[in-house]
Amino acid sequence: MTSAAQPAYRQRLGYHAGLLGGICFLVSVLLIIGNLETSDRIAAHIEAEKRAMLAEVLPASLYDNAPLASPAVQAVSAPFSAPLTIYTATLDGRYNGAALQSAIYGWGSDIQFIVAVDGTGTITGVRVISHGETPGLADGIDIARDPWITGFNGKSLDNPDKRGWGVKKDGGQFDQFTGATITPRAMVRGVHASLQALDAWRQQQLAATATAADSQED
Amino acid sequence: MSSPYRQIFGDGLWNNNVAMGQMLALCPLLAVTTSATNGLGMGLASVAVLVLTNIIIASLRSFITPQVRIPVLIVLIATVVTLVDMAINAWMHPLYKVLGLFIALIVTNCAVFGRAESFACKNSVRLAAADALAMGLGFTWVLVAIGGMREILGSGTLFAHASLLLGNGFSWLEMTLIPNFGGILLAVLPPGAFMALGFLIAGKRLIDRWLSAGKSADTLVMPSMAP
Repeated sequence: MTSAAQPAYRQRLGYHAGLLGGICFLVSVLLIIGNLETSDRIAAHIEAEKRAMLAEVLPASLYDNAPLASPAVQAVSAPFSAPLTIYTATLDGRYNGAALQSAIYGWGSDIQFIVAVDGTGTITGVRVISHGETPGLADGIDIARDPWITGFNGKSLDNPDKRGWGVKKDGGQFDQFTGATITPRAMVRGVHASLQALDAWRQQQLAATATAADSQED
Repeated sequence: MSSPYRQIFGDGLWNNNVAMGQMLALCPLLAVTTSATNGLGMGLASVAVLVLTNIIIASLRSFITPQVRIPVLIVLIATVVTLVDMAINAWMHPLYKVLGLFIALIVTNCAVFGRAESFACKNSVRLAAADALAMGLGFTWVLVAIGGMREILGSGTLFAHASLLLGNGFSWLEMTLIPNFGGILLAVLPPGAFMALGFLIAGKRLIDRWLSAGKSADTLVMPSMAP
């Protein structure tokens, strides 16, 4: 430290403890202020991104309601690592597609993604919202880096069949990246599981509208 | 430029370079240098954190005693990194989408701690800021050099996606040097980083030897400092 002699009180244990405690207190205050100042903005950015993302995966011609206004939330279930939020699209009051937002564990981070299907269960788009995968190796799941994720467009539960829903290394249909297999594998599994959840959701919605129609006829 | 600054910048950019002289910060260096753009992003984020931590620690240096300096420095550095992370996320969101992955990695960067411990604790705020700038820029050019080597060998491009990091005005930086090149996988994988760094260090040693051989005998040769 400084070559000048330290005052004697600085050699006391109490000073050390006080210094450490004081710095920790100061730092906590700074972090709390920082969090208060930024959390709203960060949340607003994420919200705006979500809206833009939904517009990207779900063509506006598919719905005439406001899917983001009434999301349905389902509890976490394997293989997902976050609760499932489903935004339902309706056209003239009838179910006409949905978008599912959730996350799956990739290689060291949760990959937040959104999957949208039209009324028949065919994928209209998949996007990664945020992830912490290795830069340069596995961040090709991000549309800004690589068009890989558009490979899901037009796929559905039956196309390809169950075996095709994997990366090529596992005998499936989807490419992995050079040097990164685990991230694309997780994405393929996440999208496949999303399709299953969305299919269950569609059955439920169609049944609900059918009963609603029945009760109206009565 | 007066002599302490000349020595600070000489050390930071070449003689005692973070990556090539002190052999510090190898964890983020090896992890992110798969492309020149990634290297540049990590380098610039490191410069910002280094300058901030060095200034804060140099201004607190008279209160910090040697016995508790290590926990104090760690807490301060982690805080600065967290605050920088939050600030970029809130106010420069487009940049965060590109750089966000790297910022948390800076905590694992021993260079920040090394400069705080070996320089900022002992010197004035102004010198500490200059040292941080020099070390940060030295680290940045090594990151860009290794990233460039690995990118050219691994995918045949240079500064791909630079416009995501720097804005559309910099799209001229993006070059495809070898069209339709499959790339050497090894260069992109972690061993490629070790090799690129090894060649870079060997090159530096060779240049240093030529320089010292060419100069007259009375030239002071800076001893390489062990970390």
